[in-house]
Amino acid sequence: MILAWLIILLMSCGLLAWLAGRWNNILPRVISLAGVSVQFLVVVWLWVNHQQGNGSSRWITSYTHSWIPAFGIQIKLGVDGLSLLMLALTSFLGILSILASWKEIKDRVGFFHFNLLFVLAGITGVFLSLDLFLFYFSWEVMLIPMYFLISIWGNENRVYAAYKFFLFTQASGLLMFLSILGLYLVHGQHTGVYTFDYEQLLSTVMAPQTAFLLMLGFVIAFIVKLSTVPFHSWLPDAHTQAPTAGSVILAGLLLKTGAYGLIRFVLPLFPQASHQFAPVAMILGVISILYGAKLAFAQTDLKRLVAYISVSHMGFILLGIYAFNEMAMQGVVMQMVVHGVSTGALFIIAGALHERIHTRDIAQMGGLWSKMPKMGAMGLIFVMASLGLPGLGNFVAEILILIGSFFANKALTIVATIGLVAATIYALRIMQKVFYGTEQKQWNVADFGLREMGIMVSLSVVIIWLGLFPATVLNLAKSTVVNVVGSINKKTEAKTEAKNCKYPGPDHSVVGMVVIRESLPDNQINPKTQIKDDRTGY
Amino acid sequence: MVILAGGILFTMILIAVKRNHRLTFITTLLVISASVIAALLQIGEKPHTIGEIAVVDRFGSYYQVLLLSATFVICIFSYISLRRFFPGKRKEEYYLLLMLAALGSCMMAISAHFISFFVSIEILTISLYTLISYYRERQKAIEAGLKYLILAAMSSSFLLFGMALVYAVSGTMSFFGLSAIMPSLNPSGILMLVAGIGLMIVGIGFKLALVPFHMWAPDVYEGASAPVSAFIASVSKGSVVALLLRLFMIADLYRYEKIMLAFTVIAVLSMLIGNLLALMQNNVKRILAYSSIAHLGYLLVAFIAGKGMGIQAATFYITIYIVTILGAFGMITVLSHSDNEAADIENYKGLFWRRPFLAGMLTIFLLSLAGIPLTAGFIGKYFLLTAGLGKAQWMLAFVLVASSVIGLFYYLRLIVTMMKQDGDAISISSPSPAPSVYGIFVLAALGVLVVSLGVCPGWLVDIVKSISP
Repeated sequence: MILAWLIILLMSCGLLAWLAGRWNNILPRVISLAGVSVQFLVVVWLWVNHQQGNGSSRWITSYTHSWIPAFGIQIKLGVDGLSLLMLALTSFLGILSILASWKEIKDRVGFFHFNLLFVLAGITGVFLSLDLFLFYFSWEVMLIPMYFLISIWGNENRVYAAYKFFLFTQASGLLMFLSILGLYLVHGQHTGVYTFDYEQLLSTVMAPQTAFLLMLGFVIAFIVKLSTVPFHSWLPDAHTQAPTAGSVILAGLLLKTGAYGLIRFVLPLFPQASHQFAPVAMILGVISILYGAKLAFAQTDLKRLVAYISVSHMGFILLGIYAFNEMAMQGVVMQMVVHGVSTGALFIIAGALHERIHTRDIAQMGGLWSKMPKMGAMGLIFVMASLGLPGLGNFVAEILILIGSFFANKALTIVATIGLVAATIYALRIMQKVFYGTEQKQWNVADFGLREMGIMVSLSVVIIWLGLFPATVLNLAKSTVVNVVGSINKKTEAKTEAKNCKYPGPDHSVVGMVVIRESLPDNQINPKTQIKDDRTGY
Repeated sequence: MVILAGGILFTMILIAVKRNHRLTFITTLLVISASVIAALLQIGEKPHTIGEIAVVDRFGSYYQVLLLSATFVICIFSYISLRRFFPGKRKEEYYLLLMLAALGSCMMAISAHFISFFVSIEILTISLYTLISYYRERQKAIEAGLKYLILAAMSSSFLLFGMALVYAVSGTMSFFGLSAIMPSLNPSGILMLVAGIGLMIVGIGFKLALVPFHMWAPDVYEGASAPVSAFIASVSKGSVVALLLRLFMIADLYRYEKIMLAFTVIAVLSMLIGNLLALMQNNVKRILAYSSIAHLGYLLVAFIAGKGMGIQAATFYITIYIVTILGAFGMITVLSHSDNEAADIENYKGLFWRRPFLAGMLTIFLLSLAGIPLTAGFIGKYFLLTAGLGKAQWMLAFVLVASSVIGLFYYLRLIVTMMKQDGDAISISSPSPAPSVYGIFVLAALGVLVVSLGVCPGWLVDIVKSISP
């Protein structure tokens, strides 16, 4: 029940904020902040509770309520380690994005927060749904408010960007909807039970070809969200034009729903088809890594640059998901969290800069460190995080993904590793152009205030914590990851001998992984720290 | 039915005795509500036939309730619109015509015979000619009325010729008789029958404004006043859909592949062309006209899927469509100035900041037309897709999805226009009159209905399931 309340809470706070916005500009902010904070506390409470009493069920807690029984549609919510992590990320970034827009948004404050909270509610719904209809429902619910956020409070080219965002995600979402319906009907025709229940649909038997087609519908929706290369073009526009809070939520959460969908739905529902699709997905992932990095390097617009960094980082996620082993999957989960934090932080910095100097063009910046040392220092932390500096969360994620996918596909992984080198180039370019170098103009600007420092400090604490103690995340997500990887490998194990050469069998890989993973924090950091020393000489 | 017909006579006499707009309006509302209640009472009865010409069953009664309630709402909008446009002119006859049209459509919903079908469709159309050109001072009203007259007359002749052909082979004009006689037809007879039905499709296609019989729709919607357009889009189409479903159900015409092929082509064309042409419009009424072409195309997907699920989905969809389109046209009515209707897209610029409540409602209606979750339109579309996919109509389902993405463009455009800053909006100069309170109330009710159906549609689904034979 508490899960349903989470969504209801956000929605009702959103409505309240809208109403309150008629009288007062502060009230909506306070209401929404309170709402999201309550959500955060509930998630933390669930987290702590979960670690104390470990239930035998797969779900930490779940809630079922009938909705439209005529179609077999239920309100079925469940939370396991993965979704708990994602929820924590949602509410954390939610709080920060409300704080970040505290001064930025000056008109229609009530409506702004209404939209913000509805996006968050939709995202929460996506991470909780265990009914495919409900999942699609939430998937769409998060779009419209996001569209409003971009098209009303965005920057100069907002209408175009909002259109593009909406049409890309809506068109791909409808394809997914067709697939969901297809799955529903196939399952119904086989068993006579027409239901959208995730757990029942898991056991659907279908012809390989049907499975592949249905899977494609899902995959397209998710990789559009993940902004994998051929479908990435909405992302730079949307990120650039959105207000800060919008960018943070887009990068930090909306992209993650794609990855979450792949892990939660595509792999368990279509294990064999996923195996067929894996090479393509991994190639797309690698292309995204490199292409995103290349384009990030070429941008002059700070927000656009960060957006392409996201494309590159999401490539790692795709690569890791389709490596089908526990280690890479752990890395993916890690990447989902740390990317949300680090890119969110970069967007907040970009937004703060934009607010102060009214440009996002990095050619006009330069030498800002002397003016804004606090912002510079914070910028340094997150730039280093996104280039994968050891000691910060992103490093753990990327190294896990790379090692994991090395087992699955050596050649591609080697190519993907180049992405790390490229990352140093684009990331250092940010520092160089924005904070170091000579001043292009005489900016008269204020440094971060207390509120902004609060935001940034909490973000940097998280990212350093995750870099030093990744087990916090890894342990929580472990059961889900083992489940997913186990299910996908188990079902295909018996298929062919040939597959085993390509992908290591579950036992072998898992055992190997565990050893590496446990020794990871101290073992892996040392060799790279030297590289770091070299880089600082830039 | 009888109440409605009697009510019309009564109102006519009343007008002869005393001309008073408000009085006529209230009488009309009373008559319509009485008929709704009568139709509701009918639902409990056992299905029976009236002679050969009509069937009274749950299906028919459901449609009657639906159509009459829609007329009720349109009546209120008409009252608002008439008061604003026609101060000091004779407007009482308008309600008579409206009730007559409603009578025609209710009769159509229960007819099971070609004669009753034709008579009711003529009652409906002839009242509509007059209603369309009722505001005769306006230039386009006469043009629209004439256009509708000529095209409708032509479509009626197609319909009649089709019926004649069917009668020539089967010797019966009743739907039941037709279904009884069909298995015994020889190939040439079947050919004639299919040809006759094909001609009838032309007639029905005109009424539903399906591509390629859609040319009149945008002009007529634009020329007629908003409530009348709403009537054409909702009640008139709803009744034809009811008849179409009944004809195909009873006579089981699904078995003729050629007919179904024709419908498939029509459906695909309607969905695509309706949505594509709507992209280029700047007049909200024309946009709604094209969007209604597309929506009837969507509906055909379910219709083609056939018995059982298909019928339910079509019924469900038309219900939701009627509610939504009434809201959209009602919004135009409420927002209109006394000198012109709020049809141009420019009128909506910055509406979100001038009248947030109305704009919010309009957004809900548009999102429902676009089929976005949390609104009824989404559930309707879901139902259509399930029905279509259930019969493995993948092609149609794909076209539906693709064209609804195209459709999003123009709905979004309208929403974006409403959100634009009103710095340079034109309408500031001419202060818009305060929207009528009744109007806002009705719109709010429709909006709540759309959202609640989008969130928990269970009850309507159950009703629709229970009425389909």
